[in-house]
Amino acid sequence: MKEKIKVGIIGPGNIGTDLMYKVMRSKHLQMDFMTGIVESEGLRRAAGLGFKTSTEGVKAIAADPEVKIVFDATMASAHLENAPVLKEAGKIAIDMTPAAVGPYVVPCVNLAHLQDVDNFNMVTCGGQATIPIVHAINEVADVEYAEIVASLSSKSAGPGTRASIDEFTQTTRKGLEQVGGADRAKAIIILNPAEPPVMMCNTIYTLVKNPDEKAIKEAVEKRVKEVQQYTPGYQLRVPPMVEGNKVTVIVQVEGAGDFLPKYSGNLDIINSAAIAVAEKLAEQMLQK
Amino acid sequence: MEKKRIHIVDTTLRDGSHAVSHSFSPEQVTAIAGGLDKVGVDIIECAHGDGITGSTFNYGFSKYDEMELISAASKVIHNAKQCILLIPGIGTIEDLEEAYKNGARVVRVATHCTEADVGIQHIQAAKKMGMMAVGFLMMVHMASPEKLLEQAKIFEAAGADYINLADSAGYCLPQDVTERVTALVNGLSIPVGFHAHNNLGVAVANSIAAVEAGATYIDATCRGLGAGAGNTQLEVLAAVLDRMGYDTGLDLYGVMDVAEEVVEPIMHRPQVIRTAPLMLGYAGVYSSFLLHTYRAAEKFGLNPRDILVELGRRRMVGGQEDMIVDVAYQMAMERDAKK
Repeated sequence: MKEKIKVGIIGPGNIGTDLMYKVMRSKHLQMDFMTGIVESEGLRRAAGLGFKTSTEGVKAIAADPEVKIVFDATMASAHLENAPVLKEAGKIAIDMTPAAVGPYVVPCVNLAHLQDVDNFNMVTCGGQATIPIVHAINEVADVEYAEIVASLSSKSAGPGTRASIDEFTQTTRKGLEQVGGADRAKAIIILNPAEPPVMMCNTIYTLVKNPDEKAIKEAVEKRVKEVQQYTPGYQLRVPPMVEGNKVTVIVQVEGAGDFLPKYSGNLDIINSAAIAVAEKLAEQMLQK
Repeated sequence: MEKKRIHIVDTTLRDGSHAVSHSFSPEQVTAIAGGLDKVGVDIIECAHGDGITGSTFNYGFSKYDEMELISAASKVIHNAKQCILLIPGIGTIEDLEEAYKNGARVVRVATHCTEADVGIQHIQAAKKMGMMAVGFLMMVHMASPEKLLEQAKIFEAAGADYINLADSAGYCLPQDVTERVTALVNGLSIPVGFHAHNNLGVAVANSIAAVEAGATYIDATCRGLGAGAGNTQLEVLAAVLDRMGYDTGLDLYGVMDVAEEVVEPIMHRPQVIRTAPLMLGYAGVYSSFLLHTYRAAEKFGLNPRDILVELGRRRMVGGQEDMIVDVAYQMAMERDAKK
């Protein structure tokens, strides 16, 4: 039996580099290949740590028979082109962009139910932080409407997020409905430039049919612990507050500080969730 | 000598909607927008106080469908241009297209004053649709004149028709306005506008400062109806600018009548500077936080003033109404722990 599964990363930017550090401390994953489309600091950093690198992007990784799982940390438009190439090469893709070629995955909610999938979409950082709570409340109280407000520090929102803020709110909304189980949803994102940078904070409002306060509190507390399994900095700031049929919950995400600063909890939670997906897949591959 | 033209942007039906908890009905919108159109207002803004699709738990639900309100306004606006506000992160280009279909022809894309780049795609989309597009920078007391110019240039490069500076916290004093407007007027090739809040009682004075520094678009509302202590009072501004020799295109008596006969009867409370709105201006907190703060204070048994000071200390920006609950909850926990 092999000990670890080799992974590749396309896109050596902030997300890709943080993923690389997270892979390096994984039990089941082995960092192997980092690719981009131009020479960059990210590629040099990966090479310096002894990993294979290439400026041939998806092509280089597709041609490498050893890499089994590939994180695509590029852009939605790029992933639309990369996805069929990875599929053809028999790689499993974990899509960090809002391209949504494959189904949305939120590890503590639906990873166990997604069988025979070769392309996983990580929704958005706001989705990873809020969908688990909406899903937990929906299970005990039936959520008619979910609304989330994700506030991020300006410093943690890169040019990609800024240029596609509509995609962020729309993708998060769909995730709240399709994975979280809300009948209707709305997502709001706020960038706050305060110094020192603010921690990622998420407010989750739900309108429920059965406002059983005790059941909601238990479900949310249990779910927070499940998210903490892969994102240790995930914390309940305001436990469920029930007023009539409205439930308010506030969670904060402090990053692990692998490559990105701790205030980048938004990037940490989506990356940690992606690693949780890859580890589960690797475990299954190793058992075969 | 020809008088200098100042364009009046009425936002009674947008910022003013905060003061009536977003309850304007299609009939009220028809009466107000129709009245404003007749008395010479250049641009009439109508939307939820936090812009299109602002109808949420976080900002308060609108009593009536906002597209219905926009459509009602469009039927009585013949001379003015009909405007909406869009805050990226809340509203999207899809929502903008929907508003256009219902009659909106101007969009003001509002971002925090240091985050203009999140609005580039919305300005570009509006221009493609043939709309007038305005870059709207909020909470301008939090950035220096140089920083504001840098951000305004991002909107200008995206295709904005003018840049509006909003003193969303009502924190600026006339000198602050002069410095900020002057920097933009000197550094941009498009017009500059200004949006005041009256939390420190200087909304009209700040609007005058803006005009004297070269701003040519000024926001105002009937009776000053708006978030916090309200905005620049339209009928007062009309009288003042007339006395100063500017041409606003307004029929002064007509404006007074719309304010007194149409808007005043709809108001929930007189638009005066009570303690909490004064604290917004003093602490530099987003004016829309006011009514939400009253509610949180009541729920947790706290003084609204303490909540506002803490929000100011945490440097919360526009749109972070959810943090009022967070602050109030944490303060109540601390208080209970001491007991």
